Order: sequence, then C-alpha cells, then structure tokens
Amino acid sequence: MPRTESKSKKKSKEAAPIPGPTLTLPEGITLDDLVDCYRQMVLIRTIDERIWALNRQGKVPIAASCQGHEAAQLGSLLAVEKDSGCFLFTYYRDLALKIGVGLTPVEVMCSFMGKLGDPYSNARQFPLQGADLRHRVIQISNVVGAGLTQATGYALACKMLGDGTVTLAYFGDGSASQGEAHEAMNFAGVHHLPLVFVCENNRYAISVPQSSQMAIDDVADRAAAYGFPGFVVDGMDLLQCYEATRKAIAHARNQGPVLLEMKVERFMPHTTDDDDRRYRPAEELEEARRRDPIVTLAALLVDHGALTQRQADDIKTQSTKMVDEATDAAEAANLPDVSTIHDLVYAP
Amino acid sequence: MAVKTVIEAVREAIQEEMRRDSSVFVMGEDVGRRGGVFLATQGLLEEFGETRVVDTPLAEASIVGMALGAAFRGMRPIPEIQFSDFMWPAANQLIGEAARVCYGTHGQVQAPLVVRIPYGGGIRGGLFHSQNVESYFFHTPGLKVVTPATPYDAKGLLKSSIRDNNPVVFLEHKKTYRLVRGEVPEDEYTVPIGVADVKRRGESLTVVSYGLMLHYCLEAAQHLAQEDIDVEVVDLRTLTPLDTSTVLDSVKKTGKLLVVHEDNITGGVGAEISALAAEHAFDHLDGPIIRLCGPDVPTMPFAQNLEDAYMPNTEKIAHAMRKLAQY
Repeated sequence: MPRTESKSKKKSKEAAPIPGPTLTLPEGITLDDLVDCYRQMVLIRTIDERIWALNRQGKVPIAASCQGHEAAQLGSLLAVEKDSGCFLFTYYRDLALKIGVGLTPVEVMCSFMGKLGDPYSNARQFPLQGADLRHRVIQISNVVGAGLTQATGYALACKMLGDGTVTLAYFGDGSASQGEAHEAMNFAGVHHLPLVFVCENNRYAISVPQSSQMAIDDVADRAAAYGFPGFVVDGMDLLQCYEATRKAIAHARNQGPVLLEMKVERFMPHTTDDDDRRYRPAEELEEARRRDPIVTLAALLVDHGALTQRQADDIKTQSTKMVDEATDAAEAANLPDVSTIHDLVYAP
Repeated sequence: MAVKTVIEAVREAIQEEMRRDSSVFVMGEDVGRRGGVFLATQGLLEEFGETRVVDTPLAEASIVGMALGAAFRGMRPIPEIQFSDFMWPAANQLIGEAARVCYGTHGQVQAPLVVRIPYGGGIRGGLFHSQNVESYFFHTPGLKVVTPATPYDAKGLLKSSIRDNNPVVFLEHKKTYRLVRGEVPEDEYTVPIGVADVKRRGESLTVVSYGLMLHYCLEAAQHLAQEDIDVEVVDLRTLTPLDTSTVLDSVKKTGKLLVVHEDNITGGVGAEISALAAEHAFDHLDGPIIRLCGPDVPTMPFAQNLEDAYMPNTEKIAHAMRKLAQY
C-alpha cells in the first residue's frame, strides 16, 4: 500500500535547512522573521517555565506546558500569519500558538491565575481556553477531538460563504483516537473543505504511549482513507513546519483538506498535576531534550550571522523582565466580581 | 385559517426562515433527497440546493459538532437528529460544548443553532425509537429547550428558535406529527420562547403538561367538565427558560397541581415544577402536588400491552384529576 508519508518526507528534505552560509530560506520568509520567531520562542519558554513555578507556589491551579512543541507551533503560525486568511481551532497544549498570535504576557498571566484580564473566558475556564476572536482563535473545551468537528463545520461555513478562509485544526496524537477525529476528516474529505488538520504528535496521550494508541507509525497515513493527502514533518524544525503549513494552506484553499503531522517531543509532564517519571524512561526524555527547538534555532541564526551570543543574552534578559512585570501585574489584578457569576449563560 | 399538521407546520417554518435568511441551512441524515424520514425537510433540496440542504454521513456527533462550528462562523444551522434515541453520540457536542460556548468565551462566541429532535413514544418504537430526552437538556444551563404540542406553536416557536442566538433543542413529539391538526395563519407570526400558554381556563385544579400529553390532558379536562370539575391546563411550550410565573399564578388560583409528562418520573420536569410550587406557592396549596409520569423503566417497551402500561393516557389522567379535585 502506498504511504502518503513518503511523499512528504521527500518534500521535507527539499525544505530542510542546510547548515552553513548556503542556507536557502523557504519561500516568503526572511532571516528577520526567524529572529522574531526566536525572540517569541524565548519569551514563550520563559512564560511556560514561570507558570510551572507559579503552580508550585500555589498561584496557578493548572497548566499544560508546550515545551518541545514550540517549533511546530511557531513555524506553523508563521505560515498562518504570512497568509492572513486563516482561522485557528487550537487544543490545550497550544500555548505557543496562543501567545504567538499576539497575546500580551500580562493577558497570559491573568488567564493562568484566573483573574480579570483573561481574554479567553474572563476567568471562567481553564487558562487560555474559550476564544480569542481578536486573533481568530477558538478553543471551546478540552474534550479532545470535539474541536475537530467544530473546525470542520467552521470550514464548511467558510466554503458556503466563499470567503477564502482556511481553517487550521490543531490536535494531539491523543485526539487522533477520538471518533470525532474520524468523523471530521471523513466529512472534510467528502466536501473538499478548506481545512488543515495539524497533528502535533508527541507520542503520549498523558501516559499512554503511541504504541498503545494506534498500530501505525504515522497518524498522517490515515489521510489516505479520507481521500486527501497526509504529510509528516519534523516538528522540532521550525523551517520544515513553516514550509509544510504554507503548502498545506495553499492546498486546502484550492483543493481541499490536508493532514499535516508534526513529530514533536513533550519535554514536561502532561500537566502540572502529572508525574511523568511514573511512565516515561528518563533516558528518553534526556534524548528528547537534546533536540530543544530553541537551541536548534539559536544555532542556525548564529551560524548565519543573524544572531550574536550577546543578542541572545539580551533577548533572554528582556523576556525575563517582561515575565516578571507580567507576573506582578497579574498578581495585582482583580478577581472577577462574584455578582457576575450569572452573566452570559445565554447570549442576548 | 388553514388547518395543518404539526409536520407541515415544522416544514413551513424551516422553509420560510430559509427564504428570509440565507445563513439558515439544514443538515442531517436523509434530510436532502429523502426529505427527512418524517418528511420535515421535503422539498427543501429542490428549492435551496445541496449547499443549504446537506445530507450528512450517519454520524450524530459530527452533525451537531459541525453545526456548532458553522454557527461560530455566523451561520444558523438546523441540524436534525433523526430520532431522539440517536442523539447520545452527539451528547457531548450539545450538552458538553454548545451549552457552554457563550459562558465559556464570555460572550465572544455565540452558538445560534437549532437541533431538531423527533422524540417520544406511543408509536411502538420500543427502547430505541421512543425515548423522552428532555430532562437531560432541561438540566443544562446554556441550552433552550422547546416542546411544542400544536401546529400553531410548532411553527411559531421554530421560527423564534431559528432567530435566537443560543443553542435551542427543539423537541417534536413524533406522535403529534400527523395526529394533531390545528389552525395555522397564512401570515407571518412567531411565538416567543419562554412563554407558557393556558390552553384551557379553569378553577378547580391546575394541570401542567407539554408535548403529546398536553392533548390527553385537554381531552381528560373535557370529560371532567361533565362532572363539574373545572380544570385549568397549562401548556409549558418551552421547558427552558421555564415560565414559572404562569405556572405559579395558576397554582395560586386553583390551589391544586397535577403535572403530567411521558418522560419517566424521577428527576424529570415534573419534579422541578413540583419543587417550584412547593417553594413559592405553599400557602396556596390545598392538596398534595401530584405527578403522573412514565414509570422508571428504560423507555416504553415494544409489546403493545407494556407500551400501554407505560404511557399516560386520557383515562389515567382523568382519574388523577378526579382524585385530586376530590381531595
């Protein structure tokens, strides 16, 4: 049986960055874009680590870290932002995506502390869950897979309206097992919807490894069953993720759905309530961390003279300062007024 | 005024709203070429085309999930769940997701969809073609739940539901589809959601009901009129939001309350109505609050005698009314 993945691997190789001064950037981006991505990535990592620490201090009730997924999310987002006609349905590990679209660190911290100023749900929901319509993001719940059929309906409506929007639905390998993942992809295939399914495969559904979730190596293989292409890329490589998403968006707009699988690593436990030492070999994690997307991107930029060590240090210092200030601001922010508990159960 | 059936009223409401508003569309199993298994969507494919009359795969979770997603984009989808018994795969999308959209996004996102669900028994449907599902939705803040009993109310309430900016569960009792006829105006009208209707005025006791049972209650009330028992019959029409003031005003007037529904008794709508009367009309009560409902078995069984035993009917209701009146 032909594997859809083989096509993609070829494509990935073409797009892969070649180290050294001969680096050819994928279409549509510049080294400055990559420096911006690096700056964002460092800020997001700083926020992510701070949130974890705040959880241990009892100030943040729950958090799901995106550490290890940053290149996939920001590379993909770079393509989304260059396109400007996209709408995103995210999932709970998409912290980098949600910050990358333009949230301020203060908004992020307010959301994690359940304070006024949370743009997603005004502190009604888990952090950064609900919607950020200013930045064209919806994530109603963390019932995994439920967002996939909603994204499909959104894409159906965009097609009905002929507005040219491409919807991107992000999900993990865990969601891929839900029946709604099948229903969504099946319908999208039947109707050739302008929709990109983006699977961030970190090989763990909380503690359950991929080998216990599915009998295949690549989720992308399933695309063949729905009549549209599936591709696999190295999700630790920002340039590959950018290029694959860019092509997927173009394909989705003109021809129909794409299933794009980004192979990523989960550096942290499932959430702040999880202890991955109970199920994950330490050596495996150590190995994964050697492929830290921040280190990889910094090395690439330094190699090509787009970043000096001093600039990298400055970026880290600035990020820490921003996160310090945001943490202070969020700690000082008000809780929602209790009298508002009944507000907006129904729309007017 | 023309006399129409409930199913004709439903079809007209959808058709007129689709003509009025291009964001309204229908989707579901067999809604297109087949016109729906009950023919609620007959003729719509021919008039509006495949884009707005979407025959879906046989997959309820995605029928509601996709309708919800389309609603996020400003559409007004009317997904059909073919039988209430088949809605459970979609329970998460409706009870878990749709109900929480507005609250969970603090009003940024709205979910204007109307999930039409034929429900109820008395049609030899057995355990999986007869279910009463209303109490699950009734318990869920964020949903509106509409249960019309007559063609007039079905059409007027369906129009209001389609224009509402919230997820509405529109429950159509299957047995009323062709059994119940009534006058429906030719001119445009709507019936507001959340307003009960006193279908019969009376002084002796209050009966609260909805759906198919409303008709049995009216029949029973007519019988009792010959015995000088003057029954007031309140048709809830909408379960959420519940028109508590119409119910309580009636109970305060008559001092006696009987609640009738086909759904099984425990945790049903009748329990809530009873509790409201006990809390807010206690001083006016002149007898025990009585519920006449389906028994606590998993839906009416298939055998004719067992189905009959399950279903409240005119005789059983008349008996309960008589007993309460004599208290």
